[in-house]
Amino acid sequence: MKLEGAVLRNLLARRRRAEWIFKIAASGALLFALGTLGVLLLDVLRDGLGWLDWDFLTHFPSRKPEQAGILSALAGTFYLMILTILIAFPLGVGAAIYLEEYAKKHWFSRIVEVNIANLAGVPSVIYGLLGLELFVRTMGLGRSLIAGALTMALLVLPIIIIAAREAIRTVPNPIREASYALGASRWQTVWHQVLPVAFPGMLTGSILAFSRAIGEASPLITLGALTYIAFLPDGLTSPFTVIPIQIFNWVSRPQKAFLNCAAAAILVMLAILLAMNAVAVFLRHRTQRRMTL
Amino acid sequence: MTPATVETQEELTQAFAIQGLNSWYGSFHALKGVSMTIPEKRVTAIIGPSGCGKSTLIRCLNRINDLIPGFRVEGQIAFKGQNLYDPALDPIQVRLQIGMVFQKPNPFPKSIYDNVAFGPRLCGEKDRSKLDAIVEESLRKAALWGEVKEKLKQSALALSGGQQQRLCIARTLAVGPEVLLLDEPCSALDPIATAKIEELLMDLKKSYTVVLVTHNMQQAARASDYTGFMLLGELVEFALTAKIFTNPTNSRTEAYITGRFG
Repeated sequence: MKLEGAVLRNLLARRRRAEWIFKIAASGALLFALGTLGVLLLDVLRDGLGWLDWDFLTHFPSRKPEQAGILSALAGTFYLMILTILIAFPLGVGAAIYLEEYAKKHWFSRIVEVNIANLAGVPSVIYGLLGLELFVRTMGLGRSLIAGALTMALLVLPIIIIAAREAIRTVPNPIREASYALGASRWQTVWHQVLPVAFPGMLTGSILAFSRAIGEASPLITLGALTYIAFLPDGLTSPFTVIPIQIFNWVSRPQKAFLNCAAAAILVMLAILLAMNAVAVFLRHRTQRRMTL
Repeated sequence: MTPATVETQEELTQAFAIQGLNSWYGSFHALKGVSMTIPEKRVTAIIGPSGCGKSTLIRCLNRINDLIPGFRVEGQIAFKGQNLYDPALDPIQVRLQIGMVFQKPNPFPKSIYDNVAFGPRLCGEKDRSKLDAIVEESLRKAALWGEVKEKLKQSALALSGGQQQRLCIARTLAVGPEVLLLDEPCSALDPIATAKIEELLMDLKKSYTVVLVTHNMQQAARASDYTGFMLLGELVEFALTAKIFTNPTNSRTEAYITGRFG
């Protein structure tokens, strides 16, 4: 078929038009997402930036908005995260190692796999209810830091298992074969060959999971974490609060000025999230460099 | 050394005696009644077209195929009189005696030194000076020492493909095996690197039993003393290399080595 003159010009013009429409639609989608985020950020910055100072970070919450700070929530978030990481990371990595390196691939491991993927999609409130029943009541831990950390660990565990399994799967099989061929046992192969290669990948996946958990308020509210705490947690069984709960508490106050406190707390939250994600990106970058060396 | 052409199998000590070996991947029947004896301190080559079972056979010899789900084996493999598939025998012990080098160079993403020291360390060797000696000796045996002695702490992944494969050989020798299994060790290498490995094999067979699986008939003809030809899971013919390549008994062997199929 040979196209000439007006027919060809017409065809090309139509294609250019389709090209143009698609480009506009795609960039429109991006602009919408960025725009919403930008408006949110601007709003929060306008309300909160003026309130965000050293005093805000080092003061306990107060009935007077001018004196209110997030020290107890900041400390609570910090302790809760450390505990959650200490509980969830070893458990998740252990489960992933079992599923990838030890479990025989048959119907049982399939069922476990499907269920882990499902658990990752369960709403966080449900985990809160589970934590309330299991840790707070049955195990008698009360509304304590450790009960909160255990609940948060359950919440992120499926995501960590999935991330760790993905990381383990990126370890090339010839590496395992070489290790076994040199007389290594399964555990020696996992410890000396699989984990060093997979570890940074596990870490980045897990940090993303933890940074999601850090912003969760609902499971902890269900659990009964307190919203007003004027002291620092002094042990595993101490009552606690976290930044998202503090924000939730402030926005539900009638006084307008507490909205500024909430906005400032959101800024602190965003800074923490940004820092955690930066660590994840840094670790990923460092691994890639080491692997291609 | 006596030229391979005048040797007969009876004069040599047997390393492996394989009797009626059958194996399956799931329902796929990969090896069909293979019987052969592999002599000690010689290079035995296994040739045949892709998918003929030659890799499966060699991977039975150090039980590395145990790791593949659904793999099953029947029949007998004796290594110096010991049944390799004896349930009481730990496969780890088998693999310490019978080392293996794979098709694609697969160094660990560690330093050259740590690659070679990996095996001895697994066996509990912690003494630094002993490890140093093992690493040097193994790299020398693999004809790599001169090229890497200045950069033992560098990543093994920075070496060329041919150097990586010789590092894999060194790493295997460091464990102190009696047998070296090589599964198409040169298929990912250029001709110069290949020539170096073949030269190395000539040297290694003085102290090790070598079993070489290869795609490359010229390589088998150049580097081996005995050759087995496999087709569709069966061992068609097994004899002195010179005989296989000049005067094969079986017409299928002749068709393959003259390039009429495969």
